[in-house]
Amino acid sequence: MKSVILKTASDYLLPLLLLFSVFILLRGHYLPGGGFVGGLIASIAFILYAFSNGLAKTKTLLRMHPGFLMPVGLMMALLSGLAPLFITGQPFMTGLWFPDPAPVIGMIGSALFFDIGVYLVVVGVSLTIIFTISENA
Amino acid sequence: MTQHLILLPIVNQLLVAVLLMFFYGKVKTQRVLSVAGSVLNLIIAGLVLQRVASHGFLTLQAGNWQAPFGITFIADHFAALMVLLTAISGLAVSFFSTKTIHVKRVKFGFFPIFHFLLSGLNGAFLTGDIFNLYVWFEVMIISSFVLLTLGARKQQLEGAVKYFTLNLLASVIFLTAIGVLYGITGTLNMADLALKVPQVENRGLVHVTAILFFIGFGIKSAVFPLYFWLPASYHTPPAAVSAIFGGLLTKVGVYALVRMFTLIFTDDLFLQRMILGVAVMTIFSGALGALVKNDMRKIFSYLIICHIGFMIGGLGMMTETALVGAVFYLIHDIVVKTNLFMVAGMVKKVTGKQDTRVMGGLYSTHPLIALLAAVPLFSLVGFPPLSGFWPKLELFRAALTDGFYTTFAFLLFGSFITLFVVAKMWKRVFWGEIITPLKQGFTLFDDETPQRKLMFLLPIVFLACVSLYIGLGANHVWQLSQTIAGELMDPQPYIEAVFETLNSAEYEN
Amino acid sequence: MEILLAVTVGLLYASGMYMILRRSLVKLIIGLILLGNGANLLIFILGRISKGKPPIIPETEKFFIDAYADPVPQALILTAIVISFGLQSFAIVLIKRAYKVVGTDDLDEMNTTDEEI
Repeated sequence: MKSVILKTASDYLLPLLLLFSVFILLRGHYLPGGGFVGGLIASIAFILYAFSNGLAKTKTLLRMHPGFLMPVGLMMALLSGLAPLFITGQPFMTGLWFPDPAPVIGMIGSALFFDIGVYLVVVGVSLTIIFTISENA
Repeated sequence: MTQHLILLPIVNQLLVAVLLMFFYGKVKTQRVLSVAGSVLNLIIAGLVLQRVASHGFLTLQAGNWQAPFGITFIADHFAALMVLLTAISGLAVSFFSTKTIHVKRVKFGFFPIFHFLLSGLNGAFLTGDIFNLYVWFEVMIISSFVLLTLGARKQQLEGAVKYFTLNLLASVIFLTAIGVLYGITGTLNMADLALKVPQVENRGLVHVTAILFFIGFGIKSAVFPLYFWLPASYHTPPAAVSAIFGGLLTKVGVYALVRMFTLIFTDDLFLQRMILGVAVMTIFSGALGALVKNDMRKIFSYLIICHIGFMIGGLGMMTETALVGAVFYLIHDIVVKTNLFMVAGMVKKVTGKQDTRVMGGLYSTHPLIALLAAVPLFSLVGFPPLSGFWPKLELFRAALTDGFYTTFAFLLFGSFITLFVVAKMWKRVFWGEIITPLKQGFTLFDDETPQRKLMFLLPIVFLACVSLYIGLGANHVWQLSQTIAGELMDPQPYIEAVFETLNSAEYEN
Repeated sequence: MEILLAVTVGLLYASGMYMILRRSLVKLIIGLILLGNGANLLIFILGRISKGKPPIIPETEKFFIDAYADPVPQALILTAIVISFGLQSFAIVLIKRAYKVVGTDDLDEMNTTDEEI
């Protein structure tokens, strides 16, 4: 799409939306938000960029195939689910938490790592799908 | 720590799938890793079954949330046995696909998806929560869609559209049924449902829910009026994919039906009659379909439908003997059907054709392959002492002792038609004039190196040995089926195992 | 509110079924999406609707002091939505490929799988 307004806006919107997606991801444990929504927002940021600047440019911006994010995210989610087995011997997916909250982020626990994994998988999957569809168009 | 054993079959498959995704595009590594993962899975599945047999049910409350609030995983004999059978078929197919799946398909991610499918199967068998069952079913069908469409030939895509639509419809109906069940009982845990469903006063609503579940699982297991997606799609993908589909995907529907109708919707004459009616019609229509088809894999597809009827019939009779027969049949059928589709792939590799009318003389040109093919084919018919004979005997006995004469007639009809179809296929493919193989896009079997030939035959030999064991060592399998049927008829231990609270203190020991 | 939602669910199921029975591939997908949404809304109603009562126990208490909204249906719906998101995107890619390869979006003409070879 050739539109100067969209092009200019998307350049600024990309970092903003990415930041917003991380914010949504981090507040997700007790408040509305989380990995899935955050991941969708992040992929929307890239898709918006692709609309105005073309697919090729977006791919160079990403530096890697979005499909690579899928195994990374899955592995992270799986390992955070398995963590209690090895650390405390409790069942799969039991929540583990560091005792002290970290600045800005708040409490850190296995749920956060699970969410980050989901975030990565969602970005990977949705970008792969959108790229595949638009490449074959 | 021992309780965690129950998750290993699922986690192992998931880990293998994720690892395979890291090796995207590296064909050789993927092949080795897939087979290694499958071998490991077979060992784990064996351990799970051995543990269940020696120490009783394995349960795990995920996230340490006690039942019925959290998601429960439970392995009784039935679930553990199904996991073991999945591992056996999975290993054979994984090995078979290293040589038969085209490099292009492997590069497109065949192996990771295959292992996701297996982890979905394992999850569906081991879960004790009905919504979790839905999630595992979805994992399974998404993977199966991708496996079915990989390669994107015209026939495959057309088959996939039909498969996709009906399976998605089944999922929506399944989800609706879960919603209604949650609305009337307020729980999703299967053991808790078993306690609460009989107390519901509005029986009409319970019937509606039961029938919604029956339709949902019925589409997935291809029973009488709902099977049309199966013969339209199972002959289109590569042989390895049809093997895993034919062996396991419909059977997981049967497993879910058996679970639902022995644990939750029990003691209901109306439902039993409905299941029996559907079963006899499934046998009848599947048998007729198999009679008229000529494509080898299409014949097997219709035979799957016919034999699903046998198992559903065993469920419908609802006596202990009948359930022994149904479970035994399930064990035999998974191994034999997986093997048959691989044999069909093998025959195509040798002759270059799929149509049985234009084949012939394999017995004189390739006697060893004919001998190998004879094991699953004759097991399917049930020549004593091969594996199909015993479960059929058990089913006949159940039908006769409890006066289900119509069902008996249809079971007999189904068996005879199977015999006829297999005899016809034997005559056309293995006897008769020798017809020269048709050159196609792939290397024919005769032109392969001896080492590769052996690799093609190994998984078929492996499964043939397993089905020989089921036939000749029927005593062990029969005893196991007896235990399973006993557990299914009396769900009290299952319920107790789920609610037996294991708090964190005990886990730390 | 319940009645309104119930009517909406019924309409979604009915129109979804109607769309599935059409011959066009695109309408088939639309029908499946409508059916999925109908099922999600159905779970939502069956979890009983209650307003403004989050299922969170205050720090000073040990158990719920008030009636609360059931969180389970919402978790179920969220899961179901995520799953249907994946399935629908796959469906769209599939029908696009099918349309390209087969050359028609009429389901009645997709019958090579039923032909004798």
